[in-house]
Amino acid sequence: MLDMLPTLLGGAWVTVELTFWSTLIGALCSFAFGIGRLSGNPVVKSVSVAYIEVFRGTSLLVQMFWIFFALPLMGVSLSPMTAGIAALSLNIGAYGAEVVRGAIQAVPKSQYEASRALNFTSWQALWYVALPQALPEMLPPFGNLAVQNLKDTALVSLITLSDLAFRAESLRNLTQKSTEIYGMTLLIYFALALVLTAVMKVLEKRIGRWKAGGGR
Amino acid sequence: MLFGYHWDLTSNWTFALSILPILLHGMLVTIEATLLGFFIAAVLGLVFAVLRGSPTRLISYPVAFIVEFFRDTPLLVQLYFLYFVLPNYGILLPAFMTGAVALGIQYSAYTSEVYRAGIEAVSRGQTEASRALNLSRADTFTRIILPQAVPRIIPALGNYLISIMKDVPVLSVVTVLEMLNVAKIIGDRTFQYLIPLTMVGGLYLLLTLFASFLVRALDTRLPKRGIPLK
Amino acid sequence: MSDDTLVHFDKVTKRFGDFEVLKNLDFKVKRGEKVTIIGPSGSGKSTVLRVLMTLEPINEGVVYLDGDPLWHEKRGHELVPASEAHLRQMRKKLGMVFQQFNLFPHMTVMRNLTEAPVRVLGLSRKEAQERARELLDMVGLSDQADKFPPQLSGGQQQRVGIARALAMRPQVMLFDEPTSALDPELVGDVLKVIHRLAEEHDLTMLLVTHEMDFARRISDRVCFFDQGAIREEGPPDQIFTEPKNQRTQEFLHAVLHPEA
Repeated sequence: MLDMLPTLLGGAWVTVELTFWSTLIGALCSFAFGIGRLSGNPVVKSVSVAYIEVFRGTSLLVQMFWIFFALPLMGVSLSPMTAGIAALSLNIGAYGAEVVRGAIQAVPKSQYEASRALNFTSWQALWYVALPQALPEMLPPFGNLAVQNLKDTALVSLITLSDLAFRAESLRNLTQKSTEIYGMTLLIYFALALVLTAVMKVLEKRIGRWKAGGGR
Repeated sequence: MLFGYHWDLTSNWTFALSILPILLHGMLVTIEATLLGFFIAAVLGLVFAVLRGSPTRLISYPVAFIVEFFRDTPLLVQLYFLYFVLPNYGILLPAFMTGAVALGIQYSAYTSEVYRAGIEAVSRGQTEASRALNLSRADTFTRIILPQAVPRIIPALGNYLISIMKDVPVLSVVTVLEMLNVAKIIGDRTFQYLIPLTMVGGLYLLLTLFASFLVRALDTRLPKRGIPLK
Repeated sequence: MSDDTLVHFDKVTKRFGDFEVLKNLDFKVKRGEKVTIIGPSGSGKSTVLRVLMTLEPINEGVVYLDGDPLWHEKRGHELVPASEAHLRQMRKKLGMVFQQFNLFPHMTVMRNLTEAPVRVLGLSRKEAQERARELLDMVGLSDQADKFPPQLSGGQQQRVGIARALAMRPQVMLFDEPTSALDPELVGDVLKVIHRLAEEHDLTMLLVTHEMDFARRISDRVCFFDQGAIREEGPPDQIFTEPKNQRTQEFLHAVLHPEA
């Protein structure tokens, strides 16, 4: 049984890489489109709304298949890794965009009024006043999304990427020891999720420092 | 040919039109799997929520761990586990049932949280007031807590119904002929992936928009301050 | 318009839905004048300040600030709705102190005082900090520079709010019920600061308050506001001792003798 562990851990590393890049790019999408959705510019706003609705409204696996199988027919061929990261980032980014929008909207109106009275431009008010206050509110839901993303990476095995889930399935085909293989695989995913959660908790503490100083 | 329908490759439009009935056939399976998976998640989640609230740590701690484990591991791997491991122990389920159970297990972790949060959102003051009035624990739960918690719980459950619907395509790996699998088969046979996959995307948008509309309509109709008791 | 008029509301109407908060309001403030607006809640007195600070647009009329239309721009001989660039130009002359302080909770006191001077006025961090230290000294909070607003008492927060507005060197300071959100024992320190400001600077001040004694002491002129318009105005001694308008009499009686 232990002789299968290196193979699985090799796959786990691919899973970690996928999670890292798609969470990072997904976070960028979240901010771009979450802020875009609040924009006064009608073009920016409708592009953001369309992006969010399409990627939240359809299934991740459909998106992944579309990017991997259908896009080449329009002349855009992506490697499995690129297709996987693209699908995961765009998908999680759409959910993240709603988190960003919600957190920005939750900043009290009075903060924007104070910014105006101090003659900040609306970009300055967003960047220096609203976002720093909204960020701590975003982190807990971002943590959940990151774990969701980690789990979602398993789907890339269906577009031939050799991640943890893919290797588990190949090993099962080879050895038929399904209980051990899937048991170990589940435990590795669980451990990864716990580590990811812990990292997000540390981030939460760091970034929300001014809140901890509250009270008198 | 699939489900007795032929496709017509004369043009893009005839192709799209000819595979629509096949995709709708798959959509029916998607909806069935969604509903069954949701039912299992709703019931199992309730069981977990109750057990997790147990005053005995010997029960509440292991249950909390199980729920966390279900939440933190991928649906796909859970599904593989059920599909390939259960038969080793003499449990043979059809692929569709296995898929629905996997959905139910994965989402029971989320629904149990919905129940717990819904109940906890009813203020402490309500429990204390009930105690001050000497209401029994059972009365407090059924007459005071539950009527106020239910309007919070139902829309949240509805949102998970939509999430489950979007996860049904994962069931294609164990041969369930839901919408995406059907589209993939058409693509494999005709080398035309773009049209069937785009249509599945479109149908999914319609499904989720319709479902969110229902959830929102339900939400606005629910009494915000709790179910009135007269 | 005479030269020393700084603020001029010319037949200004402001509606919220069907409700007219300001009705055809005419109102002038001279350069350096300290004006207090009193009146029942919901009378629209805070709206005057919020319109002036460009937080609430108006529906009819023209507001002039230092001779220029505030909510409009001149295009040829016509007045068209103001652009954001114009509003930013006008806001340079204004500073506001809010009822709920509206400090930035994620910035230290020092940062609250320096952020806008650095970002908006283009001061260097060092210049801004020097200016901030002087202002903190003036409001008696030199030792609190590194704290975050939630760590301060309400009275301290409001004094930071005053210093923050002054750091932008406005010509007109607007005080929107600056002591209404404070515990009674903290009101004094804030009023002292405003009082000193009124005595030592040639700032134009517009104050909405429920502190009648204070209004009487610092104002050059008191305006009684009711139902979206000024019912009566004059020197504080006249308004408080011999009000002519019946509504003013009733209001002052209710406020000054609440037990009766």
